[in-house]
Amino acid sequence: MSTIAATANEFQAHGDDHAHDADHKPAFFARWFMSTNHKDIGTLYLIFAICAGIIGGGISGMMRWELAEPGIQHLTAWASWHNGLVGGGEATLNEAYHMWNVLITAHGLIMVFFMVMPAIIGGFGNWFVPIMIGAPDMAFPRMNNISFWLTVVAFIMLLGSSFVPGGSGYGAGTGWTVYAPLSTSGSVGPAVDMAIFSLHLAGAASILGAINFITTIFNMRAPGMTIHKMPLFVWSVLVTAFLLLLALPVLAAAITMLLVDRNFGGAFFDAAAGGDPVLYQHLFWFFGHPEVYIMILPGFGIVSQIVSTFSRKPVFGYLGMAYAMVAIGVVGFVVWAHHMFTTGLSVDMKMYFTAATMVIAVPTGIKIFSWIATMWGGSVSFKTPMVWAMGFIFMFTVGGVTGVVLANGGLDDNLHDTYYVVAHFHYVLSLGAVFSLFAGFYYWFGKMSGRHLNEFLGHLHFWLFFIGVNVLFFPMHFLGNQGMPRRIPDYNAAFAYWNQIASYGYVIMGVGVLVFFANVFWSLLAGRKAEGNYWGEGATTLEWTLSSPPPFHQFETLPVVK
Amino acid sequence: MKVMKKFILACGLLALPALAHAQEANPATVPATVDAKAAPVVAQATAAAEPAATAKVDAAAKPAASTDGSLPGYTPMKPTEGVGMPTAKGIDFQDQYSDLGVRAKQMNNNLLLPIIVAISLFVLALLFWVIVRFRRSANPTPSKTTHNTTIEVLWTLVPVIILLVIAYPSLTLLAAQFKPAPKEAVTIKATGNQWNWTYTYPDHGIDFTSNMLKEKDDPTRAKDDRPRTDNDGPEKLAVDQRMVVPAGVPLRIQTTASDVIHAFAVPSLWFKLDAVPGRLNEKQLIINKPGVYFGQCSELCGALHGFMPITVEALPPEKFAAWVAAKGGKMPGSATPAAPAAAAPVTNDKAAAPAAAPTK
Repeated sequence: MSTIAATANEFQAHGDDHAHDADHKPAFFARWFMSTNHKDIGTLYLIFAICAGIIGGGISGMMRWELAEPGIQHLTAWASWHNGLVGGGEATLNEAYHMWNVLITAHGLIMVFFMVMPAIIGGFGNWFVPIMIGAPDMAFPRMNNISFWLTVVAFIMLLGSSFVPGGSGYGAGTGWTVYAPLSTSGSVGPAVDMAIFSLHLAGAASILGAINFITTIFNMRAPGMTIHKMPLFVWSVLVTAFLLLLALPVLAAAITMLLVDRNFGGAFFDAAAGGDPVLYQHLFWFFGHPEVYIMILPGFGIVSQIVSTFSRKPVFGYLGMAYAMVAIGVVGFVVWAHHMFTTGLSVDMKMYFTAATMVIAVPTGIKIFSWIATMWGGSVSFKTPMVWAMGFIFMFTVGGVTGVVLANGGLDDNLHDTYYVVAHFHYVLSLGAVFSLFAGFYYWFGKMSGRHLNEFLGHLHFWLFFIGVNVLFFPMHFLGNQGMPRRIPDYNAAFAYWNQIASYGYVIMGVGVLVFFANVFWSLLAGRKAEGNYWGEGATTLEWTLSSPPPFHQFETLPVVK
Repeated sequence: MKVMKKFILACGLLALPALAHAQEANPATVPATVDAKAAPVVAQATAAAEPAATAKVDAAAKPAASTDGSLPGYTPMKPTEGVGMPTAKGIDFQDQYSDLGVRAKQMNNNLLLPIIVAISLFVLALLFWVIVRFRRSANPTPSKTTHNTTIEVLWTLVPVIILLVIAYPSLTLLAAQFKPAPKEAVTIKATGNQWNWTYTYPDHGIDFTSNMLKEKDDPTRAKDDRPRTDNDGPEKLAVDQRMVVPAGVPLRIQTTASDVIHAFAVPSLWFKLDAVPGRLNEKQLIINKPGVYFGQCSELCGALHGFMPITVEALPPEKFAAWVAAKGGKMPGSATPAAPAAAAPVTNDKAAAPAAAPTK
């Protein structure tokens, strides 16, 4: 059949042809635990990411609570409680401080590997990449299932690591970067090994996912859906998948070398035996820098879809937008050592990495301006997803320009490992990637669940969150300028004022998140039923040609794209 | 660990006899070019404060029972409020006390900060204009424009030009920061340990470990550790034995570590250099004014990462010489005692040993 997709009915499963269940849905256990359906797996990923986000966000709440004033207020009690869980006694001061390092490590790893990545790639990517290219499912549905469950096991591994010894106390306290030799000779006990295994599993899951996305996008596009017609979200996931595929094996190698050093007498990173601790940093950041684009590129894609939809205009400079992402992905691989400006790099290295890093500002600028140009002349409605997308554009700009400051190796000599860096990467991640996640959630929730979210609560959530995170993270620039180092549980009284403000910001943000959950529950229980294309005229991608929620199997007859 | 100890020891040995040799001993690839307008020779100041005996280093490690860290002939300088330390509610960089720090801070405040604020406000203004002018009620029919080559070229080229404007001062600043220290610079090696700093002055035969001073009412403070006073500096930044250096002359700061990676950082001097086990990083530093400058370890190094501060006290050269004498060291250039080569191993072995990282 080669007609053009026109109505939802055309893509529905042929329910009335068969006597059994219209959607061929398996029973509960088979459907959710042995799933091969991209939409169900996407849903699982989203639920998982929300759970991980609650834990990771809760940990950051503990950190802000402890940092709200100088002195150690709660750490000792938390560490004692934590000791109690594994049958230990009252925590010593060192154990309390170790607890701090466990918190920062867990917060970083959870937010990166178990919140942002599963949500934005596993969740939205799984849900909408096949639909947007007119495919019935992912190329490898069973591998898709393995990807998800490996991620779950990885998360359990990571959480479990906090209950086994890791040096000065329970849990891995190495920071998410797991720098050697703190992570090798500096952390005795199985906690760091468990954390490393967790990263291995999460990495393997992501590599499988990346292979799946690349294959799907290259091979399963509907007739007429050429590469240059793909929605930008699909483009963004494609570029991201390549980054994953090329970067994660390097991480896997690096942390395997850590394991060898830790357990089998290896000396890759042991200077005393001829190894080099800085080598680990090169390997880690060769993965780590593309990783930050892995987290943000799909967000770029989501924002592009939303801006276009609510401006009722096609994306401005589509090809420029697509290839800007490719450029960011490519250049993202050759800038890693700007994370290592103080390790004793030579002057040539520092000059190169300074210059190369600044280059990334160009394609990023193209994207920011193209989004604005998409809105320019448009007929813009400010529904919740659009408000989040606009918040994203501004906040990402702020995070981006401080990145240009940090790119200067000469300035980084002061700012490196201070709160300025913390502010910078939370602006691009907590206010960038997370804003795009919320934008995507408000944009597609009706499509996924079949029920509308409440617009008022959505806006309320936005404003509370927007104000909260800015109050939370903006003062960190000041703390960094003043020289407050990262990853310390206690600080000089001169840092107290802005730390306290930041902690208030967390509370505001937290209230915003409560509004979000209230909205979701309200919607699932009593939300208005969502029609197929509830955003109307501007929503032109294929998911809007389907019912909300889409049939269990869509596009049994392939759509044809003009 | 053994190999590393030997390595550090070797450095110390080579560095000790004379300044010239210190340069060669440095494994970091620093060209040994001699700066023509070399700094005042510190050695001249020594005559005044001729120490009594040969470099008896160990005495320096345990300061006498003095309650304020003073030694015969040396009283720690009282820090000035707001100098070399963070200020309450401060939003800008700390005031800078090195030329390169002043230059870097100016580059940020006069060039980068205006640019990034302007870009952010420009984007914000565009978004506001969109909200006002192109909201659905104001503009019900969207245009269909999706391309405009001129503007696309423009918003690619303008950022490129802005970046070029930034790149020039940025790269020249980097070049300046990498200017190697002249031959006669004073060498100080900072060794990061879990969780304190050992400062070694190879040319002076001085070597001591510097710990954070705890508060008077801190229950974890050992009985014989003196509590912090305001003379020492702010809470959590003050140390029992400061890294004392001469002001106004080039310093060759070397960093290494005995266990895990640490970072030697002093924000008011725009100085941060990782201390990596098995490596000897090196950078020149010239402190313009006598004063007390505080910093903290800036690389996660385990449980007490937040509690290994750095206090640098810059003194006029003659007072520095007096401190060297008080520490039992000897100014290079003054009659070199025969002993130091023998004394060195003891010193440096001690430097590498503390806090004993888990052995392989």
